[in-house]
Amino acid sequence: MLTVSGLCKRYGNTEVVRGLDLHVQRGECFGLLGPNGAGKTTTLRLLLGLIEPDAGSIELAGIAVPARAREARMKIGVVPQMDNLDPDFSVRENLIAYGRYFGMSRAAISARVPELLDFAGLASKADAQIPQLSGGMKRRLTLARALVHDPDMLFLDEPTTGLDPQARHLIWQGLRRLINAGKTIVLTTHFMDEAERLADRLAILDHGRVVAEGAPRTLIESHIEPAVVEVYGKGLASWTREVADSVCLRAETVGETLFCYTDNAQRVIGALHQASALRYLHRPSNLEDVFLKLTGRDLRD
Amino acid sequence: MIRLPRLSWRFIPVWQRNYLVWKKLAIPSILGNLADPMLYMLGLGFGLGRLLPDVDGIAYLTFLAAGTVAYSTMNAATFEVLYSSFSRMHVQRTWDAILNAPMTLDDVLFGELIWAVSKSLLSGLAILAVIWGLGLYGDFWLTLAIIPVVALVGFCFGGMGLVMNALSPSYDFFLYYFTLAITPMVLLCGVFFPVSQLPPLLQAVSAWLPLTHAIDLARPLVVGAAPRDIGLHVFALLAYGGSGYLVALTLTRRRLLR
Repeated sequence: MLTVSGLCKRYGNTEVVRGLDLHVQRGECFGLLGPNGAGKTTTLRLLLGLIEPDAGSIELAGIAVPARAREARMKIGVVPQMDNLDPDFSVRENLIAYGRYFGMSRAAISARVPELLDFAGLASKADAQIPQLSGGMKRRLTLARALVHDPDMLFLDEPTTGLDPQARHLIWQGLRRLINAGKTIVLTTHFMDEAERLADRLAILDHGRVVAEGAPRTLIESHIEPAVVEVYGKGLASWTREVADSVCLRAETVGETLFCYTDNAQRVIGALHQASALRYLHRPSNLEDVFLKLTGRDLRD
Repeated sequence: MIRLPRLSWRFIPVWQRNYLVWKKLAIPSILGNLADPMLYMLGLGFGLGRLLPDVDGIAYLTFLAAGTVAYSTMNAATFEVLYSSFSRMHVQRTWDAILNAPMTLDDVLFGELIWAVSKSLLSGLAILAVIWGLGLYGDFWLTLAIIPVVALVGFCFGGMGLVMNALSPSYDFFLYYFTLAITPMVLLCGVFFPVSQLPPLLQAVSAWLPLTHAIDLARPLVVGAAPRDIGLHVFALLAYGGSGYLVALTLTRRRLLR
């Protein structure tokens, strides 16, 4: 459904995307993860043909981009990072106006509106004005708007950033329904739980390159030890010096916390019980651990 | 790098979007856009006109009415592509949303330009209605030719204004354009008094300004004579507007699609 090879994009001397290869199957939900500035949004803009690559090729639904980007965009729905609903229109009018940009007739759009409102859970808000909607409602409407022309494929750029947990879960449910309906989804996010929940496969991007790719489970299993014990409290420094290396497969100190990666958490916890002033949190390792291992812990702002 | 725009009929939904929004607020919008030039024209026309002899052989109110057609048309297009287009592009991000659909920036800017022309037509027609109502014309049939002139003036200033829109970091920036371009034109191009009153140097400057060409077309049509040098004036207005659109397209592409 989407094939990208050798994609490069430079701004001045900065290479934002450096030789990206991606392959997304029909019906798959593919996650693009990466810290801020990793090139996620630039990649999406390249895929849509909004900007021209310096090198590489993109084929979207069998259509070459950017050469035939207009045709390709007919088959794609986009949920942008920043809400750009039309504040001058009501909920329903937003859908109608957007359908027109796809060349749909008023009748064709109107026939689709009830279904879209229903999908977004906004049937009772059809005539509400945009400023009256909550953040979650706006996101759901943006998602419904992206579906107005019934695209085969959806691009979502950080779809749940800034939403509360209830609103995020609603968006996820919506996305699951779309996945079950056979839509292909490409999703950027920096929420690891979101990627772990939704993506069949994902690529971790850093400095414009794919640093790891695969199913979330596989990535966790192949890149990281199965369990993590986070240790903090008084006496951490001496414990780190004297004990940590003997019980952890890999230990990493970040500020006032020691991350102890292990395949035998009980042994670590046993050792910790000898040092009563220390506190700890034991958990299975997750995608975030993989992400931080591969992209580092430095801030990227 | 300037490349020729690839225009398509897809600009129509962009126009339509603006029209539907305008329709919701049509009455206050019409009053806001039209009251101002009308008040100037009638206030100055009657007030000052009483004190003045004929200007260029016609009553001052008629002279001023012809200038006001061009001037209010210029303002309507300029305000539309400055403040309103900027809101859509920069504040509301409406253009970003449109560009995710199978639309190009060429379509979006052309839709905005044609919308500015539409607003100009409205503004020009309102002044024309006053001209008809007060009988300020020489030949009714000739005044009908003002309608395409008004569209042309809207195209000219719409295209030029889109360049400012592409360059602007904020609404405040537009003040420079008004102070340095629009206001001087109002004073130099013969809206309120004949250009022949100006010193020769300013007359020479005036001859190059688009509003002068607009007024050279509109004034004879109000008075009841065929304009001279029609080809030159039409060409000048098309050239200003067309090159404005091209430059704006390049600059806006650099701004949004990078």
